[in-house]
Amino acid sequence: MAVKNYIEAITDALALEMRRDERVFVMGEDVGVRGGVFRATAGLLDEFGPQRVLDTPLAEAGIVGTAIGAALNGMLPVAEIQFVDFILPAVNQIISEAAKIRYRTAGDFHCPIVIRAPYGGGVHGALYHSQCLEALFTHVPGLKVVTPASPYDAKGLLLSAIRDPDPVLFFEHKRCYRLLKGDVPADDYTVPIGKVAVRREGSDITVFSYGLMLHFCQEAAEDLASEGISVHLVDLRTLLPLDRESILAAASRTGKALIVHEDNKTHGIGAEVAALISEEVFFDLDAPIMRLCGPDVPAMPYSSPMEKYYMLDQKKIADKMRELAAF
Amino acid sequence: MTPEKYRELGLTGEQVRDMYRLMVLARELDKRTWLLNRAGKIPFLVSCQGHEGAQVGAAAALEVGTDLLCPYYRDIAMVLAFGMTPTELMLSNFARAADPNSGGRQMPGHFGSRRLGILTGSSAVGTQITHAVGAALAARMRGETTVVMTCFGEGSGNQGEFHEAANFAGVHKLPVIFFCQNNRYAISVPLEKQVGGGSIAARGQGYGMPGVRVDGNDVLAVYETVRDAVLRARQGEGPTLVEAMTYRLVPHSSDDDDSTYRSREEVEAAKRDDPLLRFGRYLRNVGVMTEADQEALLQKTLAIVDAAVSEAEAAPSPAPESTLEHVYAATREEH
Repeated sequence: MAVKNYIEAITDALALEMRRDERVFVMGEDVGVRGGVFRATAGLLDEFGPQRVLDTPLAEAGIVGTAIGAALNGMLPVAEIQFVDFILPAVNQIISEAAKIRYRTAGDFHCPIVIRAPYGGGVHGALYHSQCLEALFTHVPGLKVVTPASPYDAKGLLLSAIRDPDPVLFFEHKRCYRLLKGDVPADDYTVPIGKVAVRREGSDITVFSYGLMLHFCQEAAEDLASEGISVHLVDLRTLLPLDRESILAAASRTGKALIVHEDNKTHGIGAEVAALISEEVFFDLDAPIMRLCGPDVPAMPYSSPMEKYYMLDQKKIADKMRELAAF
Repeated sequence: MTPEKYRELGLTGEQVRDMYRLMVLARELDKRTWLLNRAGKIPFLVSCQGHEGAQVGAAAALEVGTDLLCPYYRDIAMVLAFGMTPTELMLSNFARAADPNSGGRQMPGHFGSRRLGILTGSSAVGTQITHAVGAALAARMRGETTVVMTCFGEGSGNQGEFHEAANFAGVHKLPVIFFCQNNRYAISVPLEKQVGGGSIAARGQGYGMPGVRVDGNDVLAVYETVRDAVLRARQGEGPTLVEAMTYRLVPHSSDDDDSTYRSREEVEAAKRDDPLLRFGRYLRNVGVMTEADQEALLQKTLAIVDAAVSEAEAAPSPAPESTLEHVYAATREEH
């Protein structure tokens, strides 16, 4: 098994599925000759040609709308939005169209598109190259929202996303791209959408996270282990639909739940996970459900001290874990 | 139009009679929905009255069964030409379970049918224009000769998605007909307050395609223009923007009152240029139909409309709990 980084795993999945299924093609800004500004589509133009690796005009609604039209006419497009911050012009297409096509036609049409977008901060990306916008979309039935946290999952979940008959937003934490390396099988495998992964078995507190924060949680959990606190760490992986059963079982296991995400707190993923736990397994809890999230400010500033203040890190997370464990 | 225009265009008497039949059918279905709405039987309608000539002329230039349509909400005559039946349209008006467009989920005028090659649309105007471009891209990737027609009003010609779609199609020379039905009003806002430069067709040049303005109340002129555009598209020469100038003879929808924004004199003048009357008169003048033929057709059409209404009204509504269905695929198998 080869060791690959997170972005290589994504390229691997795209190439594999394009070889396997002629209906699959990629489109977006700079995905062709440049191979993507992050190089996620590097090499695809040479192998598959300009018909299946489309450099598009700089117009996000057009990219997503065109992908939807192609999907309605039998293709399986994978559209890249260069940064999730720029997905907003396409929101009408995503929410009014893609999410509702199956529903509004009572199943006559469906919309098998994948929209890939890098998200997240800690890369000096400032307000418009750092955002986490997943919560905008997890409120929309009809969409699926996937946020892999490892190279293995990036490939397996992307293959699942392309093979999924419904629209999938595939959000890749841009700091994970070259930070994370791991074993990635060369062959075809899938990781199911809608299933969590337990990253660490523990007995004192349960922590839910995803994306880059999952890794900070992992490091923090190791710190706590040396102090004798045992953390049960769950990678949500899919934010819509949530893996309800696994989340409830993990919360009940320790009776203490913490949700950690980089996105700001109010109306975020943590709110939904907390509400789910308190609705369903309230009497299994030994402490209030806690959340540790980005601050409720419009976006992440450019200045390094401000960015560091905004971002969660191993220490902030470890402190919050201790607070919950001590309750 | 010259007396023999239809023959010069290569159309037969049978074909032009059928075009007229579709226009009459669309008009009478539309008129009936107003009655049903005012009688409290259907909550809402959007009307196609005045647009029938443009729609039938354009549809006649396409190959139904091969070509695809991304329609907008006024395309009643267009979808009839694509094979939707009067009963199916009435099932949609009554929001019945058997409505093929949406199973009673969408408002009337939100057409879609995989069987008929009509791609589903929403109420957010202009979104369908980008879908047409994507559908054309897909067809070309597979080496098919399909042409995709997308319809929209001049109001939607101001949406970003029109411009993004036109540009994409222009760059990639895709087989798309951008068919703007310019009825001079976006609900109440007149053309001069909507369109800088006054012409949607002129915008084609900026996107690398011909932009053609045509009298949308002249069925055969529309046919000729769209036929040429289809030919270009099928030969790989790229998209065309057609702006058919017409007029909406009635309010925008059942909830609109057009007397608040346009004079009765203006509407009465437009009615004298009604494409249905014009084409009927032309067919009589060239001897393709007599007045008696047209009266007989009208009576036959009214009977079809009656039957469609009866059948749709009697059809069952969707089960209330089916509200929860069709959010995601039930299984992974269909893909």
